[in-house]
Amino acid sequence: MLLNQFLLLAAVLFCIGVYGVLVRKNGMLVLMSVELILNAVNINLVAFGTLTDDVGGAVFALFTIAVAAAEVGIGLAIVLLMYRNRRSIDLSEADLLKG
Amino acid sequence: MLAQLAQSVGEFVRPPIDWHAAAPELTLLGVGALLTMMDIVWLERGRRLAPLLASLGLLATMVPIVTLAVDGADRSMFNGAFVVDNYALLMKALFVLSGYVVVLLSTNYIAEGDYWENEYYGLLLSSVLGMVLMASARDLITIFVALELLSIPAYMLATWRKRDLKSNEAGLKYYLMGVFASAIMLYGMSLLYGGAGSTLLVDIDEAISAADSPSSVIVLGIIFVIIGFAFKVSAFPFHTWAPDTYEGAPTPVTAFLSVASKAAGFVALMNLLFVGFFGRDDVYEPVLWILAAASMTVGNLIALRQTNVVRMLAYSGVAQAGYMLAPLAVASAVGDAALEATVTYLVVYAAMNLGAFAVVMAVARKTRSAEIESFRGLFHYAPGLTVAMTIFLFSLAGIPPLGGWWAKFRVMEAVIDANTASGVVIGVFVAVNSVIALYYYARIGLGMWAEEAPDGDVTPVRVTPSLMAALGITAGITLAFGVYPQLISDFDVSLLAGIGG
Repeated sequence: MLLNQFLLLAAVLFCIGVYGVLVRKNGMLVLMSVELILNAVNINLVAFGTLTDDVGGAVFALFTIAVAAAEVGIGLAIVLLMYRNRRSIDLSEADLLKG
Repeated sequence: MLAQLAQSVGEFVRPPIDWHAAAPELTLLGVGALLTMMDIVWLERGRRLAPLLASLGLLATMVPIVTLAVDGADRSMFNGAFVVDNYALLMKALFVLSGYVVVLLSTNYIAEGDYWENEYYGLLLSSVLGMVLMASARDLITIFVALELLSIPAYMLATWRKRDLKSNEAGLKYYLMGVFASAIMLYGMSLLYGGAGSTLLVDIDEAISAADSPSSVIVLGIIFVIIGFAFKVSAFPFHTWAPDTYEGAPTPVTAFLSVASKAAGFVALMNLLFVGFFGRDDVYEPVLWILAAASMTVGNLIALRQTNVVRMLAYSGVAQAGYMLAPLAVASAVGDAALEATVTYLVVYAAMNLGAFAVVMAVARKTRSAEIESFRGLFHYAPGLTVAMTIFLFSLAGIPPLGGWWAKFRVMEAVIDANTASGVVIGVFVAVNSVIALYYYARIGLGMWAEEAPDGDVTPVRVTPSLMAALGITAGITLAFGVYPQLISDFDVSLLAGIGG
């Protein structure tokens, strides 16, 4: 099996995700960027698992998917809360706390 | 792949489960579920019972922890993914007791806002459950699940005051930093899994220690995983969420995050280092060394110019994380002594930091402010609180004969015993930083004892019974470690001697 293609795809997705988290100011886009990183992780896990014929990778990926869903659920709730109180999900406006 | 999965399901036999070993987790799970059910069925009527039930549940969890400790045998389940040994039990006891103190701190505080209470305690217990699980986790998947189980409720707790913009912002920053960190950590874990071919830490150690020089996949994996947990323990340069979240979150939650959550990050790091990466000290030691030196220096320098006591404690927490990382940066040379030094520091730090937050809460009930200014002249109207705060601050600064002094002594001992240049240099860093830190701790102390209260308001502070109990527990532990410092050494913590060896 060709492993490199999968790892490269995952690495590219990871980089796009990290870039998105660091640069984007919109709360939703940051959440989506985090999802990209998590998908890169899943691709890695499944590719490595298939290569070594070990189900551990697929099991780990299933755990990641389930937990990521819960995590993003909370994230959406927090972003929604911010929208209710401020009428905006621009992260650069959240600057009450500093020092 | 699916056929392969189906095939392995076909021959599935349930692995043997040691119910005694899992009893602390199961107790917490049961009480947490009970709290949630009570909230659904009784609504408002359950409100007054919730803190009581939560604290009883935490005390009940101590029972199996104590029986397991008396039994003394190391237990291992699921091929070694879940291990109960002395070290795990000690950390579990630390998490459960910190949780108990946080419930004591929350009892009146949360009731005074117009918010639901039952969910608060349910979330708190599930976060403690994640930490207790983390102490036993010796497998990448278990560590990941435990980390998320402790983090996800903590995000909600930080956002608890949902109509308060500051609390929103605290939760938002904590959440974004937290998920970003855990995503990076997961990417590191996927690389480690690829490099080692197993998720069990013991197997990973075996697979990666063999080679003379590590492959780049392993190096990246280890660094990413360490970075993920550096966020959790708020080490520089991954500490940026901490001061903002601490200031905006409800104060009991802040105390919980600064103590229990940080300790959980350290427990995960120690499990990984001592069981999973121990042979690859050429990779993790430089990373941890830089994190430790940078955290204590930057944390202390920024703490010097804070005017808000919660933010000051946040930056002091960054510096304290640096002290706790220092022995881990020389782990290969001193082995279990490094583990013991960090564990001792974690236990003492939990007591003194929770205590400091308890005093901040008691004072803020009167002054309605967390500014350092508002502590001026505290001795004139609250001598008891002043003495307690002085004990906690001087312990944080590391002045004998308090617990913090002994903790710092153990750290120094470990790094000097390593007998390497890097060990000695990090020891110098610890020493110089302790002197810098003394300045901002002593400044509050001097203000409390020597100055006059602002606007001459000297009406006494009303301390609620639960707050008093929290102060008693934390001050007792802080003093006990100063007077009888062998408490932890007697318990014989070790990761290398056990299954990890």
